[in-house]
Amino acid sequence: MLRRTGMIGIALYCLVPFYWMVVSSFRRTADIYDKSPIPAPWSLESYQAVFEEGVGFGQSLGNSLIVAGVTTAVTLLIGTMAAYALARLTFRFKNLILALIIAVSMFPGALLIVPLLKLFTAIGWINTYQAMIAPSMSFALPLTVWNLTTFFRQLPYELEQAAMIDGCTPFAAFRRVMLPLAAPGIFTTAILAFIATWNEFIIAVTMINDPGRQTATVRIAQFTGAAKFDTPFGTQMAAGVLVTIPLVLLVLFFQRRIVTGLTAGALK
Amino acid sequence: MVTLTEERRPVATGPGRRRREVARGQSWLAAAMLSPTLVVLALVVFYPLVAALRESFYTSGETLDADGFVVEGERFSGLANYAGVVSERFLNAAFNTTLFTVVTVLLEVVLGVAMALVMNRAFRGRAVLRASILIPWAVPTAVSGLMWKWIFQADGVANTLLGTEILWTAEGVYAKLAVIVADTWKTAPFVGLLVLAGLQIIPREVYEAARVDGASPRQTFWRITLPLVKPALLVAVLFRLMDALRIFDLPYVLIGPRKHSVETLSGLIWDEATRVHYGPASAYGTALFVYIALIAFVFVKLLGADLLSDVRAREKETADAA
Repeated sequence: MLRRTGMIGIALYCLVPFYWMVVSSFRRTADIYDKSPIPAPWSLESYQAVFEEGVGFGQSLGNSLIVAGVTTAVTLLIGTMAAYALARLTFRFKNLILALIIAVSMFPGALLIVPLLKLFTAIGWINTYQAMIAPSMSFALPLTVWNLTTFFRQLPYELEQAAMIDGCTPFAAFRRVMLPLAAPGIFTTAILAFIATWNEFIIAVTMINDPGRQTATVRIAQFTGAAKFDTPFGTQMAAGVLVTIPLVLLVLFFQRRIVTGLTAGALK
Repeated sequence: MVTLTEERRPVATGPGRRRREVARGQSWLAAAMLSPTLVVLALVVFYPLVAALRESFYTSGETLDADGFVVEGERFSGLANYAGVVSERFLNAAFNTTLFTVVTVLLEVVLGVAMALVMNRAFRGRAVLRASILIPWAVPTAVSGLMWKWIFQADGVANTLLGTEILWTAEGVYAKLAVIVADTWKTAPFVGLLVLAGLQIIPREVYEAARVDGASPRQTFWRITLPLVKPALLVAVLFRLMDALRIFDLPYVLIGPRKHSVETLSGLIWDEATRVHYGPASAYGTALFVYIALIAFVFVKLLGADLLSDVRAREKETADAA
């Protein structure tokens, strides 16, 4: 009984605020302040408003996809190799490098944006994708390396030895044997890195002032209504739902893997 | 005898030399595989760190020299930028940051442990529970800021449910409270998830032994569960501390930028940087960096003794296994 109450309590705690956002997004602008738990009547008015011309929300979703996608891809490309080296090869300074990479993930983003803003202004990178992608790697890359290092460590060593006895060079053993085996771990890490970059805010809000280049998280925070001091809550809720849906779908489909990835990064 | 040693020698030195060769080969490969990552981190983390440190000792923009001539460009200004560290605005931001960190991390630990205990016992509906617990984590912080701003509207659902007419998202104590509620909602489930993972590696026999010895549920929790889950909990708390100390987007979206009652250190640095006050921004950034490093150091020193020994033990295990 107590257990069931607890379970229901947790589910309500997690879902009710989110539910309220979803419900509000389906109300008409006229009855946005309604407190009924189910919208009456249902309306797609807010969703239409989101995609109206001049709002630029579709464009900002595309920008988010580009920034998060490219960051994830580049991060995986170089992070997988680094993780393999840290997990499986013997060389000097290994622990130092590992500690350094963990420490890097704790740097405050606010400290990084000051010199980077100055640098990007000087080289004309303000309002470009690379001005968001490069700084985003400061947290995506340590996360990727750390996660994949723990993943590579769990694979049996005999596999590489067998491959090398069969005449593979160490790099070939990595590419032909270990990489395919690590695919699930790489995939999980990709999801985590993508979600982290998709949610990024401080870099995007600093480096970009052209609405055409803003990412979705920044764009919806700056929606304005018809009148200047009027906050268009319906539109914001609809946009919020749209920004969150890709992530919720990813989470629901791959929840087991995501939980493994999250806890492996922290606990192993 | 002679033939024996002659036969032995190549056998004895062969593997050693080969191992050394392999090690050298591995070093080269390791360097090649690590360098892209290290180069990127050098560019996006170490360069900004060093540049910010340097910047924090310089003034930029136009200034007048002693004779009244306009001086352009950067000039060394010593600790002048750090003078702002004792200003009311900085101290307020530091206070807000610390308040948010202490309160949210405490709440998250209590809620997270409670959630983990419930989930550890749940057999049916565990998948649903785990999916729902991931939702707050998946919602982007900026979106959750908007969501809570809507909930905390003057005529929003929070006031209706509570029967109050509080202006949550204006300045003041209630704005702080709104930020704390929103942050706790988003991150407590994450702590719960990490603690749950820690709970699941506690062997069942320990609990059976406790039951046989007649331990009460309360004793079992304080004497067995909590000590055994402590390493996992400490890691979760360390992660959350580091995150909470650099909080930026939630107060920015929920209450607004440059709001005195919720301005955090990251918010202050962002504001100064976007106003092109690079010197003070860098000085504040350095101060925040030192603050975070100090907290991490103290945390690991005071509480992390068994955290580190645990990590070391596991490293040894994997090394032995290899």
